Amino acid sequence: MTRQDRIRNFCIIAHVDHGKSTLADRLLEYTGALSPRQMVEQVLDTLELERERGITIKLQAVRLTYRARDGGEYILNLIDTPGHVDFTYEVSRSLAACEGALLVVDATQGVEAQTLANLYLALEHNLEIIPVINKIDLPNAEPDRVRRELEEVTGLDGSSAILASAKTGQGTEEILEAIVLRIPPPKGNREKPLQALIFDSHFDSYRGAIPYVRVVHGRLSKGMVIRMMSTGKEFEVDEVGVFTPAPVPVQALEAGEVGYLAAGIKNVRDTRVGDTVTGAERPAEAPLPGYRRVTPMVYCGLYPVDSDQYDNLRDALEKLQLNDAALVFEPETSAALGFGFRCGFLGLLHMEIVQERLEREYDLELITTAPSVVYRVIKTGGETVMVDNPTLLPPPGSIEAMEEPYVKATLLLPSDYIGPVMELCQERRGTFVGMEYLSEKRVMLTYELPLAEIIYDFFDQLKSRTRGYASLDYEFLGYRVSDLVKLDILINNEVVDALSVIVHRDKAYQRGRALVERLKELIPRQLFDVPVQAAIGSRVIARETIRALRKNVLAKCYGGDVTRKRKLLEKQKEGKKRMKQVGRVEIPQEAFMAVLRVD
Amino acid sequence: MNLYIHLPFCLRKCNYCDFISFPAVPPPVTARYLKALGREMEMAAYALRPGKAATVYFGGGTPTYLAASDLVGLVARVKDVFGLQGGAEITVEANPGTLTLEKLRNLREVGVNRLSLGAQAFKEGLLRAMGRAHGVGDIYEAFTWARRAGFANINLDLIYGLPGQSSEDWEDTLDRALELEPEHLSVYGLELAPDTPWGRSYSQGRLALPDEQEVVDMYWRAREKIRGVGYEHYEISNFARPGFQCRHNLTYWENRPYLGLGAGAASHWGNRRWQNLSYLESYCGAVEEGHLPAAEVEILTPERQRGDTLFLGLRLLRGVSLKEYAERFGEDLLEGYGRELERPFDLGLITVERGFLRLTDKGLPLANEVFAAFV
Repeated sequence: MTRQDRIRNFCIIAHVDHGKSTLADRLLEYTGALSPRQMVEQVLDTLELERERGITIKLQAVRLTYRARDGGEYILNLIDTPGHVDFTYEVSRSLAACEGALLVVDATQGVEAQTLANLYLALEHNLEIIPVINKIDLPNAEPDRVRRELEEVTGLDGSSAILASAKTGQGTEEILEAIVLRIPPPKGNREKPLQALIFDSHFDSYRGAIPYVRVVHGRLSKGMVIRMMSTGKEFEVDEVGVFTPAPVPVQALEAGEVGYLAAGIKNVRDTRVGDTVTGAERPAEAPLPGYRRVTPMVYCGLYPVDSDQYDNLRDALEKLQLNDAALVFEPETSAALGFGFRCGFLGLLHMEIVQERLEREYDLELITTAPSVVYRVIKTGGETVMVDNPTLLPPPGSIEAMEEPYVKATLLLPSDYIGPVMELCQERRGTFVGMEYLSEKRVMLTYELPLAEIIYDFFDQLKSRTRGYASLDYEFLGYRVSDLVKLDILINNEVVDALSVIVHRDKAYQRGRALVERLKELIPRQLFDVPVQAAIGSRVIARETIRALRKNVLAKCYGGDVTRKRKLLEKQKEGKKRMKQVGRVEIPQEAFMAVLRVD
Repeated sequence: MNLYIHLPFCLRKCNYCDFISFPAVPPPVTARYLKALGREMEMAAYALRPGKAATVYFGGGTPTYLAASDLVGLVARVKDVFGLQGGAEITVEANPGTLTLEKLRNLREVGVNRLSLGAQAFKEGLLRAMGRAHGVGDIYEAFTWARRAGFANINLDLIYGLPGQSSEDWEDTLDRALELEPEHLSVYGLELAPDTPWGRSYSQGRLALPDEQEVVDMYWRAREKIRGVGYEHYEISNFARPGFQCRHNLTYWENRPYLGLGAGAASHWGNRRWQNLSYLESYCGAVEEGHLPAAEVEILTPERQRGDTLFLGLRLLRGVSLKEYAERFGEDLLEGYGRELERPFDLGLITVERGFLRLTDKGLPLANEVFAAFV
């Protein structure tokens, strides 16, 4: 048996909360990758934020050494995958680095949309799937039902599913054995020119960008000059290594192996996920298939509440970008908000994560404008422009047609909720594609929906209309012509550019109405009447008035009250600090996000 | 030196009251309290050497819940421990229904020269709803006795913006109060603290208050009427006949030092503000063990002193003297707070006139919008 025959590369596919991280911990613990004393709760999720949210956004790879029942010692490379729809492309790249996958399903829940979407991706990559029914220790576990569902939904052999509890450790050894026995070893040829797939990277402040690679063919060793095939940039390798999970340098990584390389790469942009690393001296003829540049799907404006923090915000974005190749930003100016940045994200979750990290790790107070998709505008002259900021939409007279991005959405839900979910999709301009009963009680609905409708509180609505039982996955379909208009908001008779949105014409009245009502609630009374209007062009379609504040005075203030009254005033001032003055009106931060959630 | 003495006792708690006051406390407890108070006076006099009192203010609660002899004893004790400056202003707060002609005479005899009466309203229904322990008749009786006992400086407290109070009710209350010709009037807009019966009812939506505009109109109506008969409007909520401004309360608004003794009483002394322990047991316990009963002490930074001077001083209608401010803090007010004052100036809430920064008429009911700039 060759060394390569003893390698198994696998990943774990699971829905959020179905226990992926805990299972990974168990595998590590069982194979002695970390002593229990070293165990932190969930070793694979490194960022504090991820741990709190229970989702993994950064991929990693860990090498486990396992002595199997056949007496042989195997190298198992666990490649972690993110579990969210925003990161489908990353998932596909880490799947491409594997020969097999554990499909983890919660014994109390069943298969979810993202699990299914990732499973299909895995099947496309011809991965060997090992179903694992997790959490069987829970009193409400229904392993038999889930097993049947697995068969019906996925066509996998339910009897091959392993019953496990990552919490108690039950099933761990069986899983490891299955990995050895059922997942094929990698096929590559170590004699061929180097082809290594980058499936992730991270930024180390001392060593620069560190790509994580799966060597498909050839050999990657220290001292080699490598070339990134998408850009042609070359670097000299200072170190190659594996994660155990701590990084450990090795002499070389050969075909079939997984690890990292360090080569003094200054920027993560030079270590693009999906790119192929080859040798400069003996380059491969072609890159590995499947590379594409990741393009942001959702844009929003980020502005510091305090304009003095502009430089800090730029520095923070630059730092985040070092670790997050999908984040893009460029300076923009808003008449209402001053200087800020237009930022592009893979999706809403990605946006929220970046926002939270900026606020938490960099201590910035931010105003976020409503997220927007990228519209394609065909001008009367025939020229096409992409618009990711409603404010920059060309004047209506110069627009021939507008197109918006559509996605194919897959929704998995209990059959009881078909009605409400179909209703939601119809409301959101969805086109019904199909409905399939996965089992007696679970249904898969497929719709084509404008992406703009999904980023506009679709998740929240879906969750609330199905009591959290529905799950959603979507993929980009393409651009389609739509009858779209720009809806402006006027506060105190001035257009507030940061509140403008692009909406479908049929929805404009309803959205405008809802928006002015919501803004009336969110904007505190000023010392004068403030009209709040929604308008399309010069036509006002909805109006509310925030009545002036008439009285704000403490009746009494004597010796016993001074400290207490001062605290009241401080609280009031604190509230004001979080507001942005637009014209003469003070507008709180939340108002700028209100555009997103008004129903 | 200005001295405040807190007497946290009353017949019953009113529905809006969030003062430190305990209803229907039996004599042994008040006796223990008075003893502790005497001891605190001695400790404070020894520790701080504050000098003779220019003003003394007995507040509550309802100080006159106590027996005449107790009050007389207290005043005597103050004279004894601290001494009084010539012409000292000595105020006792009182509620109708806790007074007799005899008690008032005793107070006058021991040197109390100012009486502050919690009249609140001249309508039985409103008084009952507020949970007051007195009726309209008691107000007249108390006022008449006070004059007869020789009080030539009487304040009446009135409240507007009460649940169910119409603007006619308020006019009538003002007329009747003015008819009595008190030297001083305090008119307070009702404020509901969350932890009071009315506060709770309000937050549960079970209490309807007059709307904001009506309440503001009541304020303007009061000001118009009271000023119309020769009173000076000198603080946001206070009016006085010439020469009858409350000297004790002026020390608060002018951000000058005072000592507060008794449970929950606050002091401002040197660069500190502190508040005493609020519960009778903890207050008395501390004093009996020989400790000063201060609970929370706050050190006042120069910045905070400046801010306090402004948000307190602007409560006075004459405003804050730019010259005095510069002398006190070595800094020009309008320069130091230029940025903060820009918006209030623009909105017409403040103005500078004859060397004073003050609230405008527009600024009076919106004073907090200005004050927030100073904290």
